[in-house]
Amino acid sequence: MARALLPIALVVGVAFAQVCARAESQLSLKSVSVDLPAGDDMFPNGPGADAINNNCLACHSADMVLNQPALPMTQWHAEVDKMRTAYKAPIDPKDVDAILDYLVSVKK
Amino acid sequence: MVTEKAFLSHSLSCRRQFLGSAGAATLALTSVPAFADTVVKLLLPGGPDERPMTTAFPQKGALILQRTRPPLLETPFEVFDQSVLTPNDRFFVRWHLAAIPTAVNVDTFRLTLHGHVNQTLSLSLNDILALPRVELVAINQCSGNSRGYFQPRVPGGEWSHGAMGNARWTGVLLKDVLDRAGVKAGAIQVRFNGMDEPVVPDAPDFMKSLDIAHARDGEVMLAYAMNGEQLPLLNGFPLRLIVPGWYSTYWVKMLNDIEVLDQPDTNYWTKTAYTIPDTPRADIRPGETDVKFVPISRMVPRSFITNIKEGDTLQVGASTLARGIAFGGDSGVSRVDFSSDGGKSWQAAALGTDEGKYSFRQWQHRFTPPTKGGQVLMVRCTSSGGEAQPDTPNWNPSGFMRNVIERTAVVVA
Repeated sequence: MARALLPIALVVGVAFAQVCARAESQLSLKSVSVDLPAGDDMFPNGPGADAINNNCLACHSADMVLNQPALPMTQWHAEVDKMRTAYKAPIDPKDVDAILDYLVSVKK
Repeated sequence: MVTEKAFLSHSLSCRRQFLGSAGAATLALTSVPAFADTVVKLLLPGGPDERPMTTAFPQKGALILQRTRPPLLETPFEVFDQSVLTPNDRFFVRWHLAAIPTAVNVDTFRLTLHGHVNQTLSLSLNDILALPRVELVAINQCSGNSRGYFQPRVPGGEWSHGAMGNARWTGVLLKDVLDRAGVKAGAIQVRFNGMDEPVVPDAPDFMKSLDIAHARDGEVMLAYAMNGEQLPLLNGFPLRLIVPGWYSTYWVKMLNDIEVLDQPDTNYWTKTAYTIPDTPRADIRPGETDVKFVPISRMVPRSFITNIKEGDTLQVGASTLARGIAFGGDSGVSRVDFSSDGGKSWQAAALGTDEGKYSFRQWQHRFTPPTKGGQVLMVRCTSSGGEAQPDTPNWNPSGFMRNVIERTAVVVA
């Protein structure tokens, strides 16, 4: 875990120009190793929660979905189709209806 | 006349836009990570518009959490009131694919350049650092910045206005690297690929392409530094493509593969994703069909008030300073006009230091609210290309390229 970068003294104007001038002469890159938050929270309970938890969390965290506005069923259908066809999400076809039910009921 | 000093001295008056921790309780059912102790309210029409603040991401300070994995992190808007350059640790973050390398060894990293060239190159970072160095201040803005304000709402990253940032980029010209490899006659496009990968193996890897003339225009860069420091990993360490004046989708992060193509790129991310209606302002009616879509490209003018926010109270009869940022898109800022009466009358604002045509330009204007009551503040940028922000919003199904004149409703009391 590295917060390896130099302290950021980034302000406008003259102060920045000095920082930048130092960088010009000294710039060297240092290896970085970090940890990223897991983002593995499950979806809140609701009808179809198992289906969405089982099929959707491999590629993205739940918060993205929960931050979406209320959308009509047809639009949610298009989103799930895009995940399956464009992004090759291995969604079990028999779970699609349950996922859609969940989205429509939670996002209203 | 406003002096330059005035522009430099306003860094300490930023406003806290956070709600108290009581607001977090209302989000408890919507998967708030444990590290969130404040939430920010983005005022998105129809909601949900509360987001947790997060400090859980490496090399990053407090940012608005839009998605944890792969990360979508938004810059809180008060950051734009504090300096014309966006600090690296507050710079927004946007990844498409969740398999992001979490370690980069600067000794073993290689950038490969191959395809329709005379000589395949495998360049170390030291090789790249030894090439002629260039610097440019440029805005990196997500195609979908401000998507959350589209009406009707559209799916996607539900950003407020903070999916953008302005930095001084240091690196080398793409043209210089291409010339070392020797582009063969018949080259059509140049495709850029980073180290990130899809979780599902047969999903499309994230790659973007530019036309060969654009790639060799002497402006497109490979940046190894941002505001004088190496890039945060989440902003693309160790190398990022800089495409001045174009939306962020082209600014490929963790760039390690460049392929010169003798055919147009047909990969999903270039040809299918990130397309806009081929209409003025990428604007169509919701539900409109038979529309031709083309890849998104250049940015358009925008401007923002950064020191007064929606719902603020201003004092009647008091001299009041409004200030903010503007940009021309793919050209500079010609003028910024300010209205304190909902667009009935406009006054020219004073412009701050010109950091180059691809940079934010600070502006400020002093006005005196004459009467009590509700009022709407507006700011309008006209680019040096003669393009002014429109007074009606555009709409398209992806929520791209918003640049309407923004409105800030205030109360004069």
